[in-house]
Amino acid sequence: MLVVPVLLGTILLVYGLVFLTPGDPIRRLAGTKPLSESTYNEITHRYHLDQPFVVQYLYYLNGIVHGDLGATFTGRDVSEIIKERFPVTLKLTLGAFTVEVVMGLALALVAALKRRTLADTGILVYTLVMITIPVIVLGFILQYTFGVKLGWFPVAGIQDGWKSYVLPSLTLGLGSAAALGRLARSNILDNMAGEHIRAAVARGLPRRRVVGRHVMKNSLVPIVTILGLDLAYLMGGAILTERIFNLPGLGNALFTGIATENGPLVVGLVTLSAIIFVFTILIVDLLCARIDPRISYE
Amino acid sequence: MSSHRPTSYLEGISAVDDAPSAAAATLWTDVWRKMRRDKRFWVAAALITMFALMAIAPFLFFTKDPQACPIVDFAQRPSRQHWFGTDILGCDYYTRVIYGARTSFKVGLVVASVTIAIALTLGSSAGYYAGKTDMIASRIADILFSVPTLLGAILVLTLFHGGGALIIGLVIAFFGWPDMFRLVRSTVISGKSRGYVRAARTMGSPGRTILRRHVLPNGIAPVLVFAAYVIGGAVGAEAGLTFLGVGLRLPAISWGLQLAVADTRFPELAYLMVYPSLFLCLMIGAFILLGESLRDALDVKLEPND
Amino acid sequence: MTDQVLAIDDLQVEFRTEEGVVKAVDGVGYALGKGEVLAVLGESGSGKTVHARAIMRILDSPPAFITNGTVRLGDIELLTLDEDDMREVRGSRVAMLFQDPHTALDPVFTVGDQLMELLRERRKMSRGQAREESLALLQRVGIPDARDRLDAFPHQLSGGIAQRVMVAMAVALEPEVLLADEPTSSLDVTVQAQVLELLGSLVAETEMSMVLITHNLAVAVGLAQRIAVMYAGRIVELGPARDVYTTPKHPYTAGLLRSIPDIQVREERLPGIAGSPPNLLKLPTGCAFSPRCPLADDRCRTEVPAFFAVGPDRWSACFHPDEVQR
Repeated sequence: MLVVPVLLGTILLVYGLVFLTPGDPIRRLAGTKPLSESTYNEITHRYHLDQPFVVQYLYYLNGIVHGDLGATFTGRDVSEIIKERFPVTLKLTLGAFTVEVVMGLALALVAALKRRTLADTGILVYTLVMITIPVIVLGFILQYTFGVKLGWFPVAGIQDGWKSYVLPSLTLGLGSAAALGRLARSNILDNMAGEHIRAAVARGLPRRRVVGRHVMKNSLVPIVTILGLDLAYLMGGAILTERIFNLPGLGNALFTGIATENGPLVVGLVTLSAIIFVFTILIVDLLCARIDPRISYE
Repeated sequence: MSSHRPTSYLEGISAVDDAPSAAAATLWTDVWRKMRRDKRFWVAAALITMFALMAIAPFLFFTKDPQACPIVDFAQRPSRQHWFGTDILGCDYYTRVIYGARTSFKVGLVVASVTIAIALTLGSSAGYYAGKTDMIASRIADILFSVPTLLGAILVLTLFHGGGALIIGLVIAFFGWPDMFRLVRSTVISGKSRGYVRAARTMGSPGRTILRRHVLPNGIAPVLVFAAYVIGGAVGAEAGLTFLGVGLRLPAISWGLQLAVADTRFPELAYLMVYPSLFLCLMIGAFILLGESLRDALDVKLEPND
Repeated sequence: MTDQVLAIDDLQVEFRTEEGVVKAVDGVGYALGKGEVLAVLGESGSGKTVHARAIMRILDSPPAFITNGTVRLGDIELLTLDEDDMREVRGSRVAMLFQDPHTALDPVFTVGDQLMELLRERRKMSRGQAREESLALLQRVGIPDARDRLDAFPHQLSGGIAQRVMVAMAVALEPEVLLADEPTSSLDVTVQAQVLELLGSLVAETEMSMVLITHNLAVAVGLAQRIAVMYAGRIVELGPARDVYTTPKHPYTAGLLRSIPDIQVREERLPGIAGSPPNLLKLPTGCAFSPRCPLADDRCRTEVPAFFAVGPDRWSACFHPDEVQR
């Protein structure tokens, strides 16, 4: 399975960026903050920096397998912080994902079925605009219009239950919904023009119900692939979104980590997201192999 | 039905489907003709030219001194004196926004050129020579691909304490090239089996030459389209990174910085957010439109593939 | 002609494109008897595929438009049927066989799924019944290991087997007419013969009528009772297969016959037909074949020949049918 070397390679890459690049890694992790001698020694001991590289790295890997993603300079375990903040980010990501799937597919289907009508053109224009607007700007727009001016949804914090997640989910999800919509639309249109669809119609199968089944299953592979790959985008965007809407999730933790030059936290979170992404790609590949028999997973 | 389309420029060539690279010259004039008629191209070209001018010669836009910031003028709303108002330091906002174009443009170009350079060389080697070259290149690409670009850039920039537009561009490109690499690789792989390539091989042409003269010219179309999107994405990424604090820092001028400040004064000084957002969207939009019109003119299908 | 099953008259199909209007089918007409095989012979661009799709009404409209004609299937007129009625006709009364089985079959569903879908949808069979019937159909078209093949995906099948599957699907609902559009063109030569034999035996068994579209003269002569030759959207010659083959009455047919190399005759160059295929956007005045015709005179270049009888059940669209040399 190719996953293992890639996973190891990715962890090694992040590790290497921190510990193998020229300079003092501990200094680098601390940023411009002063370090007491005892803290310095503690870190050296914890990361086994006095040992040869391979040993260091193996301890590190072992740590990851056991859920140890490092500790901040204030002594908190990164994994603790993750456990604490994970639910918020999960809800945000799920919300954004729902927006992406529901809206993206709806846009694609409407545009494909109502080809060449005003609806299709409208959708094309709308999606083009939406993929252009960066997350930051979209966040501001939604905050201002629906939060401040109209007052329908809160603009910060999570105290209002599910309502708190509406604007952030839209901010994060609308862009990728638009991208998915465009790609899915073009893919569906291509499939609709396929010879096997014409052959199905020639057999007297009803267009909507049955032929639709054929078109959708053929489009499923690219759609699933996009959804999986978009996760990377969602993870990056979550940072910006949580910052703008002040949600106490992992993204905000990362942002604080940057602001306070909390190296270990940044490293731990980035490692985590890379690991999640590798597994997502794996799942996507397996799903695609299930859907399309021509794809074989080596 | 394609069997009824007159084959004007392909007349006399008996190859069933593939036009040999000799016909490439006429294909480009065809492409240019299609683009000329595309409104999106002209809008994109106009915007990009405008931003390029802003980047190279901002003074053409009636700007004042971007560093002249009398603190007493701080946070004034737009007026005839200050078209976009002033920021919280007292600088003329209009001038600062115009100067922001230079940063974004620079980053976009750096990312695009580095990404294209790496992706073209590695991608075409991997696709054409396959075997070990492919295996190694693809693994490296997979590893870098697994780290979401924004997060990877955050990691590096945090550890190495930010940098100028050039460094940021390099970092974005470092995590971003695998995407285009895959595109080039799959284009080369499908181009490898074309009739004219096989003909060239039987005639003994070395791989490098075949790549240069046959495979790449015919496969360059999707790369160009993707490059336009890459620039748009890079501009957005830089803004995001700077907004988060890992990108450029003062006294550099960047829309990301302006947006970060605007965020802290939101919603009282809402106008601070409007102008950099507008310009950011316009620049990203310009490159995306360019990509769209290129895609239609070159008839490229960018499907997600593994 | 006993028992006319299908009668087409003056069928015209236009393609409205950016570059202009193309008359893909310009006045095609013929009658098909019960159990008869009519071969429609022509090159790509002749309109042979388009006319078949027009009969089935599966052309993409736009850009294609059926601008004239009648297509009578028994006692109903197909071109004026509404879509729901036409859907009933498709597959059960007129069926179509496509050229490339690997593009005509859905790659993500098994062969069994696609067959069963058809039977369940059109014959309201249950799952079990449909599966049994599908198995029987596969066996009927001569597919070995039919039970295993039911669960196979199209890409796992060879061209010959996949095309047999298409034949099974085409005859599943026992149609009266089968429009076979180049059914063997994407197959190896040896497999071609097998599939043609299969089609021939099906026609004989069930008295199904068949329009066999092909560009291959040997295929036409091997299976068909009559041959219609198409050029630039029109039928230029029609008659019994044997007669058309031995004494063509149109220079284009003669050209086609001449370009088949004879293994016994030693030749320096392969004879072809002079000139290039017609540009449907800019057809010449007069006879569409005149620029390439050795018999063309001024009348040919100015007047379009009508399609008229040159003998009992023998038709030609040429002013010089008797001067044609084989």
